Amino acid sequence: MINLTINGIPVQAEEGTTILEAARANNIHIPNLCYMKGIHEQGVCRICVVEIEGNRNLQASCITKVREGMNIKTNSAKVQKVRKMLYELLVSNHPEDCLQCERNQSCELQELGQTLGVRERRLYGKRTEIEADISPSITRDPSKCILCRRCVTVCNEIQDVGAINVQNRGFDTIVSPATELPLNSTACAMCGQCTVVCPTGALTETDGIAKVQRALADPNKHVIVQTAPAVRAALGECFGLPVGTPVTGKMVTALRMLGFDDVFDTNFAADLTILEEGTEFLNRVTDALNGGKAVLPMITSCSPGWIKHIEHSYHTELDHLSTCKSPHMMLGALTKSFYAKKINKDPKDIFTVSIMPCTAKKYEIQRPEMNVDGYPDVDAVLTTRELGKMIKSYGIDFVNLPDSDFDAPLGLSTGAADIFGVTGGVMEAALRTVYELVTGRELPFDNLRITPLKGLDQIKTASILIEDTLPEYKHLEGVTVNVAVTSGLQGSNILMDEVKAGKSPYHFIEVMGCPGGCISGGGQPRTDCEDFRVKRTNALYSEDERKVLRKSHENPDLAKLYEDYLGEIGGEISHHLLHTVYTRRGLYNELVE
Amino acid sequence: MGEQIVKTNCCHGCSNTNETELLERISELAKEYRGKEGALIQVLHMAQVIFGYLPIEVQRVIADALDIPVSQVSGVVSFYSFFSTQPRGEHTIRVCMGTACYVRGGKKIVERLKEILDIDIGDTTKDRKFTFEVARCIGACGLAPAMSIDDVVYKQVDPDKLENILARYYQEGEKAV
Repeated sequence: MINLTINGIPVQAEEGTTILEAARANNIHIPNLCYMKGIHEQGVCRICVVEIEGNRNLQASCITKVREGMNIKTNSAKVQKVRKMLYELLVSNHPEDCLQCERNQSCELQELGQTLGVRERRLYGKRTEIEADISPSITRDPSKCILCRRCVTVCNEIQDVGAINVQNRGFDTIVSPATELPLNSTACAMCGQCTVVCPTGALTETDGIAKVQRALADPNKHVIVQTAPAVRAALGECFGLPVGTPVTGKMVTALRMLGFDDVFDTNFAADLTILEEGTEFLNRVTDALNGGKAVLPMITSCSPGWIKHIEHSYHTELDHLSTCKSPHMMLGALTKSFYAKKINKDPKDIFTVSIMPCTAKKYEIQRPEMNVDGYPDVDAVLTTRELGKMIKSYGIDFVNLPDSDFDAPLGLSTGAADIFGVTGGVMEAALRTVYELVTGRELPFDNLRITPLKGLDQIKTASILIEDTLPEYKHLEGVTVNVAVTSGLQGSNILMDEVKAGKSPYHFIEVMGCPGGCISGGGQPRTDCEDFRVKRTNALYSEDERKVLRKSHENPDLAKLYEDYLGEIGGEISHHLLHTVYTRRGLYNELVE
Repeated sequence: MGEQIVKTNCCHGCSNTNETELLERISELAKEYRGKEGALIQVLHMAQVIFGYLPIEVQRVIADALDIPVSQVSGVVSFYSFFSTQPRGEHTIRVCMGTACYVRGGKKIVERLKEILDIDIGDTTKDRKFTFEVARCIGACGLAPAMSIDDVVYKQVDPDKLENILARYYQEGEKAV
């Protein structure tokens, strides 16, 4: 332990601790802006400077380690003066449009000004003339960027995509793709992790609210909404509820109050995905065992950020992807076909909205192949954050709303669908069904939870031995199925390098584009809670566990859908509506044609 | 910004090596540095010597060969003024704008050169003869106002005689051909 003094108080800290963390452990908060614990500790913004006795200059406390006998002042007159000046310089070229800004009242830069007590603007610098870059998912406004580089770290070191980096130098410095190309012309996966960490309005999701409001106001439109599993685990945070509070019932009530004609659940389609994808997997394994050309490992296709990433970075390996559309696209396709027919509406009068924890879904819906006979599967995507905003703007007192249930016939789901929002969840849901289909017995794990696939490790693996099969699956007797799960695109790169080299030991791989899965997707509320991933995960696990039906194939409405409309699993109608194709893009979009 | 479609000669003026071959050479060279930390700047130097400048096509080839994102390559290229994304001229003119040269009329030389060459600072003439830059101080303060063309320093430059100086480079060029 190291002994030091902070603001006159003797404290102890582990060797290797930064001054900022040592202070925090002793209830002293040092203002900071670019700091992200364990992720971005570069001392870029300098706001966290402190005075250290014996040092001539102030030091950035986020990168300075504690030393024996240090005497630190975090709030001396000198520190306060310098910190204020640093802040004034940071905002000297910032547009003064807080009132109109997307991040008004949720902006870290704004909040910092308040904390530091900056009450006047003395400095005016030249502002950038570069205009905002609006991609289908992400809007980049360099004029609001303070060059803190959090997004660069997340894109390069956490996601290992590297779509953006710091360009030019001096006053011309901007964060942007190479040669200032628009994001949509790059290998950006549209995962939106940059929008989660941006402290200002420089990186945000591209607005979807206006389009949804227009549809809601149109008397000729039948407006359908569906919600992804992870939304219910985080939406409450927009209204001050503790991180990890599931708000499924309140969310459904709020959506009805917003004026949606039907409130469906993407979870229903998650169950549907399991049947389609599970069957596809069994078919591939059977074919491979019979010496066929089936491509293994099969890789999940629910995460559109991951899909865009593989199309750019591993475009020769697209045959490994399951051909299943992502669940909300499946549900969208059903609203424009099965459901349109059922309620006797022309699909052109149906407007389907998806509430997603994801920014990449906004890109996904405008892919040309995602349509039913010319009608887009889904017409608009709102992120969890956008839904929160919309609910607030309609004056709905969310916290005090009563619960209500999703609408039939596309609203009922099993517990297997809830965990689609968590890393490992899709794999677990698939194995719950596949194992039982093949052996007639429940998956042999306590409480159906495949423990090795739980948690936030980058790559998780499990092996499931198939024994005592049902007669029709005799050929699978004694087969060990190796599965791997990863979340975050860096992990996907590791697994894909093996796949590309022909050395992957796995049969089935689950990839979610964001670290931890959809619960920490690019469209989720921003939070300063350190273990938010664990808390949101537990929220979804509790949703799963409180349900009586916890295996996708037990969903009675799903059985009815196959009986009434789809016919057989993986059949012709399924293929038309629920499966898709992928595009070889290449790192520089050079293969698109 | 954007793609350069112009056919290029390498910086030594030889025109018989085509672009694809040059890109292949750069790629082969860069691959040897794959995985080595801090190699990017060195590779960019070599690539600029081979190709003459570093347009986006060259940056992509280098990114692929080193297995790093092109945004990182472009970040380094755009940071250092030594690297150019525009084609370079056969000769580089640098007008000294250090204190001594500045007070003795460096600015007039710059203005006159802009007129003669019909380009801005940092640009290259249409015929690819000259790239026009300014320098902070070339260490020839006693000769102010000074400028250099490639390695040759011109002292006490008279703006009215600039055309004569430049003309020599055209004659040389003809001789060389």
